[in-house]
Amino acid sequence: MDLTSLTIHELREMLRKKEVSSVEAAKAYLKRIEAVEPKVRAFVTVAPEEALKEAAAADARLSKSDNVTPLTGVPVAVKDIFCTKGLRTTCSSKILEKFVPPYDSTVVRKLREAGAVILGKNNMDEFAMGSSTENSAFGKTLNPWALDRVPGGSSGGSAAAVAASLCAASLGTDTGGSIRQPASCCGIVGMKPTYGRVSRFGMIAFASSLDQAGPLTKDVEDAAILLGAISGRDDLDSTSIDAPVPDYTARLKTGVKGLKVGIPREYFIEGMDPDVDAAVKKALDTLKALGAELVEITLPHTQYAVAVYYLVATAEASSNLARYDGVRFGLRVNKTGGLLDMYKKTRDEGFGPEVKRRIMLGTYSLSAGYYDAYYKKASQVRTLVKNDFEAAFTKCDVIATPTAPTPAFKIGEKVEDPLTMYLSDIFTISCNLAGLPGISVPCGFTTGGLPIGLQILGKSLDEDTVLRSAYAYEQATEWHKRRPAL
Amino acid sequence: MSITKKDVIKVADLARLALTENETELYTTQLTRILGYVEKLSELDTTGVEPTTYTVPLKTALREDRVRESLPREEALKNAPEAERGCFKVPQIIE
Repeated sequence: MDLTSLTIHELREMLRKKEVSSVEAAKAYLKRIEAVEPKVRAFVTVAPEEALKEAAAADARLSKSDNVTPLTGVPVAVKDIFCTKGLRTTCSSKILEKFVPPYDSTVVRKLREAGAVILGKNNMDEFAMGSSTENSAFGKTLNPWALDRVPGGSSGGSAAAVAASLCAASLGTDTGGSIRQPASCCGIVGMKPTYGRVSRFGMIAFASSLDQAGPLTKDVEDAAILLGAISGRDDLDSTSIDAPVPDYTARLKTGVKGLKVGIPREYFIEGMDPDVDAAVKKALDTLKALGAELVEITLPHTQYAVAVYYLVATAEASSNLARYDGVRFGLRVNKTGGLLDMYKKTRDEGFGPEVKRRIMLGTYSLSAGYYDAYYKKASQVRTLVKNDFEAAFTKCDVIATPTAPTPAFKIGEKVEDPLTMYLSDIFTISCNLAGLPGISVPCGFTTGGLPIGLQILGKSLDEDTVLRSAYAYEQATEWHKRRPAL
Repeated sequence: MSITKKDVIKVADLARLALTENETELYTTQLTRILGYVEKLSELDTTGVEPTTYTVPLKTALREDRVRESLPREEALKNAPEAERGCFKVPQIIE
């Protein structure tokens, strides 16, 4: 049996029955990484020694049925944006190439407490800025379904690793679609929780009012398991929400009968790939056949979301990234010996082009004379976007849309044109602006064999209903069972 | 609104970025295009609309003023490009 083909819930069942050991599972993944990673390049760092040690410790607990927690012995990976104590964390940036965190991020600590074995750190767009994982300082990740295409981004390494069975699951971050869009491009499940559901402590900041960590998994049940493991209030993140974390698997299988699914007309637009359009409409028919009621809704400010996002996110990024100055950690470039010159050279050499572009845009829109016209205006329109959802959710329980307007695009296709790249996030961004939970679940393939994702958005803190809808759809279809030939 | 090369140079200075001549040219063109796109927000009348900066209600987080362990100095300095006598070291700034 190929252990790497299993989901978390399948593997943990076998681990608990002692049909397989965690060390065997970890070794199977490490062997597959050795064989397949050169084709996909989904990792910045693989940590075989640490992983095998953690797996052996998990086996000791499993054998005595002592302290067996939800993920005991399950090999996973995490995006290289999460600080891992003693294990290099680069954010795929040259400026953090040698950074070894002295502490774990809260989500990594929680993963460890839940018993997970960490295989390594996944590649990403530098500082999570991008939609294709082409902006990594350590090379591009390739889409396991078509090696000449991008895996999406910014959590492209995580999505590709899960799709290529290089880990049972991964954690990513989603600021404007960075979990859901790559999940869609790679034919897997990706979930962004409600803003504040998961602690951001130790997760390297991009845009603090939008960033949220979440699972990338082979199926919806795994997403529910992993989300449960990482959620909850954390005193180290004052924006984390103090609300009880439900057992997300408890009501997963209760179906969608009578559930109202909102269909926003603004999400079915000109220029959408015809295969995507057809697959998503067919998915809506499936939900209807399962007993859900489709309701037409409107989110009138959708067309402004990308503009709001690129002002708000870059403004926040420009201040968050001020910390990389060559003083306390990271790269230092000091040629002439002057302090100011050191700051400027360090940042120019340490950051890649997209990061610099966003710092420039954010600094500009926050600078004297432009603040009201750009940052303040964008924050006001953000309120309108948020109000759209509040009004819509008086008429429906969840909202269903395509995750992205097109399937995975070709490597290099959008690199020269930042604005076109930004527009590939058009369906995922509003959810971040409003702080809502959302999931992408596989809903078909293009005629060329590329995965397509269905996005389901929910009310604040209602991950339960989002997961339940996604699960009902998934179980009625076979898409999530397909794996790329590598 | 168009952004000039002079603006780009000023913003780069504020952002502490030593841009090359090529980068300055490139960002002038690209930022002009992006700012042209975001201009569409001005179509909307937002008079009286409260801005949203966070989607969760923020309370000032307070905790008891109690001495507790923090990161050991040695650990905190481990990633420093240069450190000396328990401090981060920077280039000389006073003549």
